Amino acid sequence: MILDSKIPEGPLAEKWDKHKFNVKLVNPANKRKYDVIIVGTGLAGASAAASLAELGYNVKAFTYHDSPRRAHSIAAQGGINAAKNYQNDGDSVYRLFYDTIKGGDYRAREANVYRLAQVSVNIIDQCVAQGVPFAREYGGLLANRSFGGAQVSRTFYARGQTGQQLLLGAYSALSRQVAYGKVKLYTRSEMLDLVVVDGQARGIITRNLITGEIEQHAAHAVVLATGGYGNVFYLSTNAKYCNATAAWRAHKKGAFFANPCFTQIHPTCIPVSGDYQSKLTLMSESLRNDGRVWVPASKETAERLRKGEIRVSDIKEEDRDYFLERKYPAFGNLVPRDVASRNAKQMCDEGRGVGGSGLAVFLDFADVIKRNGAEWVSQKYGNLFDMYAKITGENPYEQPMRIYPAVHYTMGGLWVDYNLQTTIPGLYATGECNFSDHGANRLGASALMQGLADGYFVIPYTIGDYLAQTAPKPVTTEHPAFKEAEAEVHARVQKLMSINGTRTPADFHKALGHIMWEYCGMARNAEGLQHAKAEIQKLRREFWSDLKLTGTDQEMNQMLESAGRVADFLELGELMIDDAYNRNESCGGHFREEYQTPEGEALRDDENFTYVAAWQFNGENQPEILNKEELRFENVKLTQRSYK
Amino acid sequence: MAGSNPNAKPMNLTLKVWRQRNRNTAGSIVDYQVKDISPDMSFLEMLDVLNEDLLRQGEEPVAFDHDCREGICGSCNLFINGRAHGPEAGTTTCQLHMRKFSDGDTITIEPWRSAAFPVNKDLSVDRSAFDRIIQAGGYISINTGGTPDANEIPIPKDIADRAFEAATCIACGACVASCKNSSAMLFVSAKVSQLALLPQGHVERKTRVENMVAQMDKEGFGACSNIGSCAAECPVGISLENIAIMNREYINAKATSNNLA
Repeated sequence: MILDSKIPEGPLAEKWDKHKFNVKLVNPANKRKYDVIIVGTGLAGASAAASLAELGYNVKAFTYHDSPRRAHSIAAQGGINAAKNYQNDGDSVYRLFYDTIKGGDYRAREANVYRLAQVSVNIIDQCVAQGVPFAREYGGLLANRSFGGAQVSRTFYARGQTGQQLLLGAYSALSRQVAYGKVKLYTRSEMLDLVVVDGQARGIITRNLITGEIEQHAAHAVVLATGGYGNVFYLSTNAKYCNATAAWRAHKKGAFFANPCFTQIHPTCIPVSGDYQSKLTLMSESLRNDGRVWVPASKETAERLRKGEIRVSDIKEEDRDYFLERKYPAFGNLVPRDVASRNAKQMCDEGRGVGGSGLAVFLDFADVIKRNGAEWVSQKYGNLFDMYAKITGENPYEQPMRIYPAVHYTMGGLWVDYNLQTTIPGLYATGECNFSDHGANRLGASALMQGLADGYFVIPYTIGDYLAQTAPKPVTTEHPAFKEAEAEVHARVQKLMSINGTRTPADFHKALGHIMWEYCGMARNAEGLQHAKAEIQKLRREFWSDLKLTGTDQEMNQMLESAGRVADFLELGELMIDDAYNRNESCGGHFREEYQTPEGEALRDDENFTYVAAWQFNGENQPEILNKEELRFENVKLTQRSYK
Repeated sequence: MAGSNPNAKPMNLTLKVWRQRNRNTAGSIVDYQVKDISPDMSFLEMLDVLNEDLLRQGEEPVAFDHDCREGICGSCNLFINGRAHGPEAGTTTCQLHMRKFSDGDTITIEPWRSAAFPVNKDLSVDRSAFDRIIQAGGYISINTGGTPDANEIPIPKDIADRAFEAATCIACGACVASCKNSSAMLFVSAKVSQLALLPQGHVERKTRVENMVAQMDKEGFGACSNIGSCAAECPVGISLENIAIMNREYINAKATSNNLA
């Protein structure tokens, strides 16, 4: 199948404006005749739901949480990028575009990324008008800070909880539309399948998580804003409920899945402390503005430290290796995430890691505390320091933090065209759920930007183009496709309930996570990937013959919810491995050990892999079909990324 | 694997857990034993251990709400040994670690108790009343697009900081659970204050406070007890000052607004 990305013609800077003029409009009086389903109420979902309802569409918004405000966007810490150039430091729309394309290691679409940079400035205006309390300078104007992969200060923030404040802004706009009756909110409802009628997305099947009831919902279009799939790895910085089920069900109904192997391993997380560990906690990238990353210069010193024979404070300045500052003098501690993570792993592989397990490096604030005082540091990062102290029992004002990389974000996702429409007409994907803007590596403070760009400023235009070409007559659940999809969901739930084996959902999930982290994590190679593929297939067979659940499906049953999600992860994990195996190059977060420069940096193969790998479902237990969307770079020159 | 405290000894604990099938049935406290609990575990990881054990034994795991496990989503909501989110001040249940307990301890775990928060199952409660209060006015009525440049609205840093402090409420409901009147004043006032402090929120400040308070009363939350247990138990430190601000806003609105409701 030929993938049409529908990128508008014309110069880069004019594409979006021209496109907005060319898309069809729905007459204001007709908008109320269209229903739109939005699944997920994080930044991408809540902003889309509010904006579409404001335009006059009837929106049905679904979340598996008890409230839209609990979506995992809330946990984003550091900030949101925007090309405002308030700092007069040389920023521009083009520079944000360029940094994002380069940061993504030249595996994202130019047109999408340029649009993202363009609307970034509107997002900040929108959020401030909503009452989002961003950090400000004494003169009353907005403050900025720096993030990795950029040499300008363009990140807007609200202490260490920017995601919370942005989500509460979008939630407030959504709540207003709920009050007006333009959004009908379905909480504790999980989407378990997509309904496709005559090739078009026309509804979803959900399970009410309190009563267990399976329900049918119809609409003229469906938007998936269901986040990423980092929890394939079991341990990640994602919230416990984050899952791929909605996107995976849509994939199996015909939506292509793009670049599934592009996962982001975030360099600054609190290290694993034991087998009981249920999730990993991120320490915001913003800490790398002032914290210095180091390990002992020698293996011997590191070993003595791990054994408790010496203390951190015993290690003299000359015996410390500030490896990011040493290797990348231009960007120092603010290199992009993939580079920082790989270097931390390398230090630990060399035996210079710290902490009991040796799987950690230091993030040290001693210098900045000496320079500006503990009070200044607390003002800037107080909640992060508190969180670290609570989790580890250590005081980061007195000793350096121990950090290690952890799975954080997935750049891959449902394939979408320039309109954010998937390969199923009428089905859209926004935010982390789609693959569109971050290439092979996302820059810090760009996830919030993309989620809100998609929801506030892109989908309101592009979905209108589709709806304008759809008859404004009511849609119902009468079509047999609804009954069929419901029966499938019901059968699947029954199957999970009736296996009656011995192992818990978490047991399988941990086993899957172990395989993925070991063979498809920070470093991958062909042999390991082949091994992992066989392991996952075996694990999947065991899952469907040895899963244990109790209780019934006609009530709140959290283990059943979890089992359904693990079942889908067990399929998606294999596709990630296929994709990683297919991509015989290293780029961004995808590091194939066979393809690296003499200095150990990612070595791209632009001749053969400047494409989006869009996978097409081809039947249960059948190999998926690879479709390629060639990426064309007309404005930036592909170069070896250098942050030295 | 080694944590921050490799010498800490695992603990054995007795748990007294509230079990309730659904909101229409009566519940009761059931005793469980958990063994080999690491002091580095979070409280919810300790419950994970219990639930894995129960499931393997063919029993029903304990339902409880949780998600981010980093103290920000506001999902977790356990009443531990008679205190919302347990013994550690300024901490959500998910950030409470077992090093705060000792080997041999008995721990009582209950859901939030409030008529406005009916029990879904076991330790999970329905907090949708909070959403309805926000829907009654916890926003600034602007649509997407057409907003002025962000720096056209300068806001003094101390005002912005105070608004931010109020805006950090995570809507967990600990304030309600800790109040003998099950009052939601701290939750409501946090949003009222945030928007009343900011210039963007001034246009609607009167109708907002009137509508939100009316909805709060309608949901069945009690009146303020003036004791301050809400702020004392709030895991994110929402200040009692917000209630004073809300009372002032409310009186001002009632005395001067055009809202006839």
